[in-house]
Amino acid sequence: MLLSFIVRRVLWLIPVILAVTTITFFLMHQAPGGPWDREKPVAAATLQALNQKFGLDKPVWVNPTEVRRRWEQGERNPLRLLAAFLDSQYFRYLWGLSHLDLGPSYRSKGTESVQSILWRKFPTTAKVGLVATAFAVVVGIPLGVFGALKQNSWIDYVSLTVATLGVSIPSFVIGVLVVILLSQLFGVKPIREPEEWQGFSTAYLAPGIVLGLGTMSYLTRLTRSSMLEVIRQDYVRTARAKGLSEWRVVTRHMLRNALIAVVTVLGPAVAALVTGSFIIETIFNVPGMGREYVVAIAARDYSMIMGTTLMYALFVAVANIWVDVMYGVLDPRIRV
Amino acid sequence: MAATATVRQLDRDLALRRPPRSLWSDAWRRFRKNRLALAGVAYIAFLAVVAVAAPWIAPHNPVQSDVARAGVFRQAAWIRDPNPMRTGTWEYPLGTDSVGRDVFSRLVYGTRVSLVVGFVPMVFTVSIGMAIGLTAGYLGGRVDNILMRFTDVVYAFPDLLLFIIMQVAFQDAWIGKLLNGLVLLFITLSLVSWVTVARLVRGEVLAVKGKEFVEAARAIGANGLQIVVRHIVPNTLGPIIVVAAYIVPGAIISEAILSYLGIGIRPTVRLDAPFPTSWGSMILEGSKAWESQPWMLIAPTLAVASITLAFTFIGDGLRDAFDPRQRER
Repeated sequence: MLLSFIVRRVLWLIPVILAVTTITFFLMHQAPGGPWDREKPVAAATLQALNQKFGLDKPVWVNPTEVRRRWEQGERNPLRLLAAFLDSQYFRYLWGLSHLDLGPSYRSKGTESVQSILWRKFPTTAKVGLVATAFAVVVGIPLGVFGALKQNSWIDYVSLTVATLGVSIPSFVIGVLVVILLSQLFGVKPIREPEEWQGFSTAYLAPGIVLGLGTMSYLTRLTRSSMLEVIRQDYVRTARAKGLSEWRVVTRHMLRNALIAVVTVLGPAVAALVTGSFIIETIFNVPGMGREYVVAIAARDYSMIMGTTLMYALFVAVANIWVDVMYGVLDPRIRV
Repeated sequence: MAATATVRQLDRDLALRRPPRSLWSDAWRRFRKNRLALAGVAYIAFLAVVAVAAPWIAPHNPVQSDVARAGVFRQAAWIRDPNPMRTGTWEYPLGTDSVGRDVFSRLVYGTRVSLVVGFVPMVFTVSIGMAIGLTAGYLGGRVDNILMRFTDVVYAFPDLLLFIIMQVAFQDAWIGKLLNGLVLLFITLSLVSWVTVARLVRGEVLAVKGKEFVEAARAIGANGLQIVVRHIVPNTLGPIIVVAAYIVPGAIISEAILSYLGIGIRPTVRLDAPFPTSWGSMILEGSKAWESQPWMLIAPTLAVASITLAFTFIGDGLRDAFDPRQRER
């Protein structure tokens, strides 16, 4: 039952990705300018050669002129005519996508493919996301748990204040302020050199924590409210009445139930981290996927824009599946 | 005879001593007790006054520069600087920017964009979301299936990416130039968040649709539209208001991010522009110049932080008021 549900949801990814591809493709081509625009005008011959090399001379959606040409040449095979009709930028991209080929990056003049750039940039983004997730979970959940256990104590007020501030103040505002504070007050250089991002270095700390703040606050609020709900349950009273130690009651009876909600939102929370990352990457100059996206948009690097958008969309879609599946797995009362 | 007298007596005994409390008065009673939420409302009301009265509050024109008098990168009023053209003066409370415009006046005018960009997309979002959610939930069947699959697709689209690409795509088209690009921003920001409203409304409609009072309404001959408008919509309004209160700060943040990336509000040189700048654009300008004039950055960041905080307080207050069970005790 659960398996068939998962399979159905995963298959549903295909039309979703297809729709995202089509919408992005359409919007991208509405933007004025093209990938070869430079400060000084490029020679017409060079432009034509470049366009031809990357298939940008083809029509965007469908290619009826090619059909007419073939027809006049005496081509009558309907399949061949259909192939000529679909000989456009859009369908060429879809064809490549079905082979997991995201095409060459125009900005690199075709020397590097989009998937290899993404493969190269992804670890950096993932590491920022990892620091953020770790921070959110390690700080957020205990803060919520202790806040609920000692309701209306100072720790509760601290956790509530932090959580409210963190949820409402946008991370990019905090990021901008952190950059200033780090350099003004502590003399730390907030913007690192490109080579400092290799491996795990301290460079990841500031962007990771800033990125994780929102999620951390969200987790704190969620943990606190679901703990408060659990504390009043009969089975907790029963557990206490049985004479179990407080530690056992908290870990085995309360946490297990309270964390259902938390684990459920962890999927979309992590996805939000990943997609929210590119503004943080821009602020802290992190050489990751997010900054690559912003640069690609400015350069009209069509294939790179498509590749990054699809990658992010896949993240969000998988996170949504995670929620539905987790509900079913963790809480037997909910049937998927 | 005796029987009717007893019934009358019963009627009198069971009659309500005071009018019944409706959901609304009940919610209002709870909301009123929430001090933080009231503070949020007061702050937003204050900003609304500032936005409307901007021309009278702002000491200078937000677009005009008077470098000879104002100086560039003049410090905030309380900061001393050896250079007389850069030392703080109360004529320019928060100093001046790279072309000698008064930062405080720009901040005052920026209030307009933030409020408008928060509320207008929220109205669109809620209307679209309600229309789709009500249709899907009430009609059910194939219509429901198609509409919900459509919302699924929109839901999977990473919003910020869609915002960015929308802005880039239409920024230079005629629609991107209306009201300094505000119209395009409204459209962009309304594109995604209606999904949350649609899903919520559909769920509520499904829950209410089977209730007895809907059946009773149908039995007395009400048609579909009457049932939806008179019986179903009022029962879904509570959660929608709560969600709407959270949509507003989301839109404000998105506008700030887009303007920070340089693809939100268009810069203008028109002296009488009603929406000359936004806090997001000011953060962008400030982040380039914070070493020479820190308040160019600090002022708009604090402004964005405080308005989103106020809306979070209001949202929390509304949630507690409309759904006391959900309350974070």
